[in-house]
Amino acid sequence: MDFKNTSDFVSGFWNYYVIVIVTVSILGCAVFLWVQGSAKHKPGEVTGHVWDENLEEYSNPLPNWWRWMFYVTVVFALVYLALYPGLGNLAGSFGWTARGQYEAEMQAAEVQYGPKFNQFLEQNVMSVAANPEAREMGARLFQTYCAQCHGGDAGGAPSFPNLKDDDWLWGGTPERIKETIVGGRIGIMTPKGTKPDMDAEQVKDVVHYVRSLSGLTADSVRVQRGQELYPLACAACHGADAKGMEAAGYPNLTDKIWLHGSREDKMIEIVTKGLQNNMPAYGEFLGEAKVHLLTAYVWGLGGGVKPVDAPAAQK
Amino acid sequence: MQSQATYNYKVVRQFAVMTVIWGIVGMLVGVIIAAQLVWPELNAAEWLSYGRLRPLHTNAVIFAFGGCALFATSFYVVQRTCHTTLFAPGLASFIFWGWQIVIVLAAITLPLGFTQGKEYAELEWPIDILITVIWVAYAVVFFGTIGTRKTPHIYVANWFYGAFIIAVALLHIFNSAAIPVSLTKSYSAYAGVQDAMIQWWYGHNAVGFFLTAAFLGMMYYFVPKQAERPIYSYRLSVVHFWALIFTYMWAGPHHLHYTALPDWTQSVGMVFSLILLAPSWGGMINGIMTLSGAWHKLRDDPILKFLITSLSFYGMSTFEGPMMSIKTVNALSHYTDWTVGHVHSGALGWVAMITIGSIYYLIPRLFGKAEMYSVKLINVHFWLATLGTVLYIAALWISGVMQGLMWRATNADGTLTYSFVESVKASYPFWTIRVVGGVLFLTGMCLMAYNMYKTIASGRAVDDAPVIAPAHAHAH
Repeated sequence: MDFKNTSDFVSGFWNYYVIVIVTVSILGCAVFLWVQGSAKHKPGEVTGHVWDENLEEYSNPLPNWWRWMFYVTVVFALVYLALYPGLGNLAGSFGWTARGQYEAEMQAAEVQYGPKFNQFLEQNVMSVAANPEAREMGARLFQTYCAQCHGGDAGGAPSFPNLKDDDWLWGGTPERIKETIVGGRIGIMTPKGTKPDMDAEQVKDVVHYVRSLSGLTADSVRVQRGQELYPLACAACHGADAKGMEAAGYPNLTDKIWLHGSREDKMIEIVTKGLQNNMPAYGEFLGEAKVHLLTAYVWGLGGGVKPVDAPAAQK
Repeated sequence: MQSQATYNYKVVRQFAVMTVIWGIVGMLVGVIIAAQLVWPELNAAEWLSYGRLRPLHTNAVIFAFGGCALFATSFYVVQRTCHTTLFAPGLASFIFWGWQIVIVLAAITLPLGFTQGKEYAELEWPIDILITVIWVAYAVVFFGTIGTRKTPHIYVANWFYGAFIIAVALLHIFNSAAIPVSLTKSYSAYAGVQDAMIQWWYGHNAVGFFLTAAFLGMMYYFVPKQAERPIYSYRLSVVHFWALIFTYMWAGPHHLHYTALPDWTQSVGMVFSLILLAPSWGGMINGIMTLSGAWHKLRDDPILKFLITSLSFYGMSTFEGPMMSIKTVNALSHYTDWTVGHVHSGALGWVAMITIGSIYYLIPRLFGKAEMYSVKLINVHFWLATLGTVLYIAALWISGVMQGLMWRATNADGTLTYSFVESVKASYPFWTIRVVGGVLFLTGMCLMAYNMYKTIASGRAVDDAPVIAPAHAHAH
């Protein structure tokens, strides 16, 4: 859409309305000041009105420096509105727009910084991850765009995954990490706490079974009952072996990593009500080169998985 | 003095006392939220969290402390300068109790999380309606008194109070327009950028009319009274009054620089904000120059110290405001502590100090004493308030500029030098100084409460002050 030629007004009338009312108002200030400033005064004498026993007013004129300061601001206003947009649809002689300034700055930045980022595009992620300069640039991007959720040290926070370990919800190969950054991820756990799924007791049973898989405290009777429920209630996503399904972001339930915490009540809540966890998409916003650098940085944090077809020579 | 009528001091007394009490409450909440920024673990419960308490702080200091101060002084000033008793005293009583109910309702609903989500207009629609009713009553009492005045001319303080009452009615009704969905929830009548524009038309004029014009009304009575000198220039009063109330109305868009607000609107807001400098300073000049020939009084009159210092802070923040409205300056200052510091240079330095001075003037007169219980304590209060204000605004100037510079700093590759949290970390020392400044200011208010209590305890409620017959104008 071409915003440059879009008017802010629903009809031509409002354009002229704004032009007239703004100009008249600014000039009106000056005229008012001029008329009042040239009134007769008797400096040092009171006006003659008295209120509340002793409240009086001197008939002093307007201080000259103040009057001129006022005029200067009026003149500045008129000049500014001649140069910049302000009088309705009139663009001002500089032709400045906020959008134009933004686009010019982005373009200048692309010319100045673009090559610095683009130079790494030809190298594969693992080579970039081994390049100290690229790692530094990646780290700075990470601090700006990723640290808010994943933490300054990439160690994660409750509900926001740790990126330093080798446990990956959506896969840790360069391709999968890049896919995650570009398109974002939506992790969905469907609610299981209402009929015809499970009642509260059954939810508790299945939670205890899942807890037992990674050695968390669990009631053995419940574990037994939960084990019977698991294949129907959970296996479709988390797998019969409960090791999850990386392709769709379903977590492994047998390890000791609990993204949302391993408290029993929290697990019951998640199974009962379900959960949706989002990673926003950054592809369009950051562009290919920055995503490439970030992918390499995250991959190189320690847990990156080599692609299956990676040549043996590359580490 | 043939008139047997007496001034209605009761409602003035009530509001004056509540000014001090709500001042302490509002500023205490301010100190708490300032401390929460330094020690986040103080966000103990959801209703004690920063997000809930911050609107309580702003509403309490603006509308409870500032509001009570304006009701007290305007009711006092309008009677004294119109040489008549208050019009519709029953309504005045209703205004007092109604306003206290509004404040209590705010203190309950805001921590519970009921909000319209509009800054300085958070209160939900039923409270908004109550405010509207009270405000109409206020207009009737004030303009009724003006209408029954015994002097041909209306004193300048009343111009400002009058403009404030009319403008706030307009602002409140238009900005609070909302569609209720339940007793505690409503949605704004406006959408998108129109909503933002209406909000800041309101927000900026709440500053302009509630916190500037009205308190200038206060200034125009208590400064010449305490200094016992005529106002410096009647002509300046006329010009700066009309220019101020006219140009303020345009300045709101400077709160929305570099947003979805159309470019032309931003420019118009900016140039009118600059034009606003001279009209704002007119009040400062008229106040400070009123002291010419009586500067020595400043040495040993702590009330005058409060009044004149408040005018200095007023001049400073009304210079700072237009500067910050310039787009290039705003690009640095917006969203930083600088804005918060600017507001407090006006709020603590101007609004609170002119109020404190005026209330110290009023209390002895309302309770039949020659002066406050301890003039020495007023002096201590003055230095606590001044030091607290200076610490507060200096700390936030530094942290504000620092934040602005950190946010825009870039590396050789164009990436940001600092992550956001680094700017937060760097702000901690200044936030700590801010807490200290706030505590000093609050301590001063507590001294004031003690001083007021002792004055009242040994005094009596004055209900027999006779209405003075107007002096004959000695024409030239």
